[in-house]
Amino acid sequence: MRKLLFVIGLGLSLPLAAQGSLAPADYANRQLEDAGQEARAAALMEELRCLVCQGQSIADSDADMAGDMRHLVRERIQRGESPAEIRDYLIERYGEWVSYRPAPERPIFWPLYLAPVLLLLIAGWMVRRRFRRPRP
Amino acid sequence: MIAEFAHGALWLAAALCLMQLGLGVAALRGEQAISRAIRPIAAIQALLVVTAFAALIWLFWRTDLSVALVAANSHSAKPLLYKIAGAWGNHEGSMLLWLTVLTGSGALFAAFEKRLEARTMAASLAAQAAIGIGFFAFLLLSSNPFERLNPSAVEGKGLNPLLQDPGLAFHPPTLYLGYVGLSVAFSLAVGAMLTGSVGSALARAMRPWVLGSWIFLTAGILAGSYWAYYELGWGGYWFWDPVENASLMPWIAATALLHSVGVLAARNALKAWTMMLALIGFSMSMVGTFLVRSGILTSVHAFAVDPERGAFILFLLTFYIGAALLIFGWKIGHVRDSEPFEPVSREGALVANNLLLSVILALVFIGTLYPILAEAMGEQISVGPPYFNTVIGPLALILALLLFVGPKLRWRRGGPLFSPLGIAGLLLSAAMLVITFLLGWNLTILERLGLSIAPGLALASLAPLWGRNLLRTPAPITGMVVAHLGLAVLLAGMAAESGFTKERLVLARPGEQIEVGPWTMEFEGTRPVAGPNWTAVEAELRASRGSGPVLLKPQSRYFSSPPTQTSEAALATDWDGQLYAVIGQGSESEGWQLRLWWKPLVTLIWLGGFLVTLGGLIALIGRWWGEWRRRRRLAGSGYRERRAW
Repeated sequence: MRKLLFVIGLGLSLPLAAQGSLAPADYANRQLEDAGQEARAAALMEELRCLVCQGQSIADSDADMAGDMRHLVRERIQRGESPAEIRDYLIERYGEWVSYRPAPERPIFWPLYLAPVLLLLIAGWMVRRRFRRPRP
Repeated sequence: MIAEFAHGALWLAAALCLMQLGLGVAALRGEQAISRAIRPIAAIQALLVVTAFAALIWLFWRTDLSVALVAANSHSAKPLLYKIAGAWGNHEGSMLLWLTVLTGSGALFAAFEKRLEARTMAASLAAQAAIGIGFFAFLLLSSNPFERLNPSAVEGKGLNPLLQDPGLAFHPPTLYLGYVGLSVAFSLAVGAMLTGSVGSALARAMRPWVLGSWIFLTAGILAGSYWAYYELGWGGYWFWDPVENASLMPWIAATALLHSVGVLAARNALKAWTMMLALIGFSMSMVGTFLVRSGILTSVHAFAVDPERGAFILFLLTFYIGAALLIFGWKIGHVRDSEPFEPVSREGALVANNLLLSVILALVFIGTLYPILAEAMGEQISVGPPYFNTVIGPLALILALLLFVGPKLRWRRGGPLFSPLGIAGLLLSAAMLVITFLLGWNLTILERLGLSIAPGLALASLAPLWGRNLLRTPAPITGMVVAHLGLAVLLAGMAAESGFTKERLVLARPGEQIEVGPWTMEFEGTRPVAGPNWTAVEAELRASRGSGPVLLKPQSRYFSSPPTQTSEAALATDWDGQLYAVIGQGSESEGWQLRLWWKPLVTLIWLGGFLVTLGGLIALIGRWWGEWRRRRRLAGSGYRERRAW
């Protein structure tokens, strides 16, 4: 699966590499003029995984494909799309692997969000048991 | 010849390790006379492994290309420091380092622990040998560092340039000292459970090992984090990457253990819990080693290259953790807690600390390993910083709030909940919270709470010194205060870095001016530079804000063996933060890609981390000093302490 993604990624990034990543219209390495839009884009890019790297966000990666995705994110933010819409679009395209934020509405992620609640309940129960015994 | 000699030394050491296990078991069954041989055996075994490790360093120093490991990981044109550090910058070498520390700490423990009861000592040394055998087997059977290459290579393949950095050269040994130092706590817990002697004496024997390991882990994690910060060139210092989590998990366990072993030593309470944490501590070290060495998480490919190794470590860690838990389940029923205490008491606060740390540990563990589980269920998912920050941030802040009261509470029964400084700290935090709103700072909830809690915590952490003569304060208390103060400083740095960082990405031509936060940076241009084994483009940036200019020279380096591009960030530190500059691709005509940050108060992260480590050191040295003086007094009074055996 990941190899497949790699190939897709390579294919995606090739036209970009040919075009030269420093073209003026390219938002891979250029910030949006509107500070609020840029902040939203930056926050989203921190939470998207670079698909061809080893555990980097697209904000931190030098890979061409990450640059391509940064461009896509900034451009869509500029067009007025919400970060959630862009994330959904990318998840649809690349799978859950691309998002560092586990989506609470998907069942596969429920154990992750139940874990803190359950663990705190267990901890509370242990404390209760410790102090319920009558004190001398 | 040297390689063969070293290989032989390792086999001999493995045989001695087996002997240590046999003798330990015999001593435990009542053959007291035999146990005298264990100490020298542990010492010689460590000496042999240290010799083998020194031989490996020698082979790397001389770049002996007839050794397969050297040919695969070194290069004759590398600076000397990285030739030497290359010895542990690879799988086989790092496993030999692991074994060196394991046998070394076993030998130190055998040589210097004199107060522990004889049977428990023998059982603990047997447990230490049992761990050793597994890792000897792993090294000798599947990761032999001394394998020859025939014919020998003409030139080595070189070391990953990212690893060619002083910070990373010393980061693994430091971390390993911490990882493996915890093995002694593990062995002591196993030994004491087997002989049914869990108590204050055991806790006092265990404490220096826990404290020492914790200091090394803290320093190692800090060094790794700072390396990531300035060497990776992304401006971040913590990414919740699996490899980072692998080092964080033993640290959290060691932190919890450090606090509970203190309760066991002082109050003879929390026996079962402390034993459990001692087992978990080293177990987390093994899990961490497995995650890093198998490569199962960072890269599927590294695991696929040699699944045998990953499976071997997985087998070892399952076996040791399983065996230890069995002993725990079998023996812990006989352990009775003797000293009761009330919920509002020092013990109560430490129980809360332990439970919170354990929950945090479990969450890091689950978050790190859940992707593997999901993959087994056919789902490719990522669990990253958004998850960890959301679930762990609030718990860490509750821990920080606990620190306002905990250290000043009385043992057993509670006095007043708040000390004067605790109240003052709480008021300061409340005031700070109001100020963040009044100044209109645009922050997330965690950043706002972090910035508010930090100054109050700094004040409240001084409470244990209140009313004391500073010169006569026991060193462990001073150490605790310094470490807790460090946490407050660290918290402030993390919140400020997260909330106030300003980033600029520009395509700049020479002569252009760029605004970054309060700074104006002038791009002077680029020039080519060359180092011992790299060439680079170096940019010159002149930064100023009113006062005199600062010069920053970030580089984009190209290494030829192996061919790699790295970027060397340039950092300029001012009293209130750091400027951080990275140069990317570009040309004279089109301009250069620059990534610039102003990170207010980020230096507090490193200062805080330093204080936390320093606090641990003060406590450790203070306890050694106290012990030394006690022995001196005993010797002076004409009484000679008898060795237990």
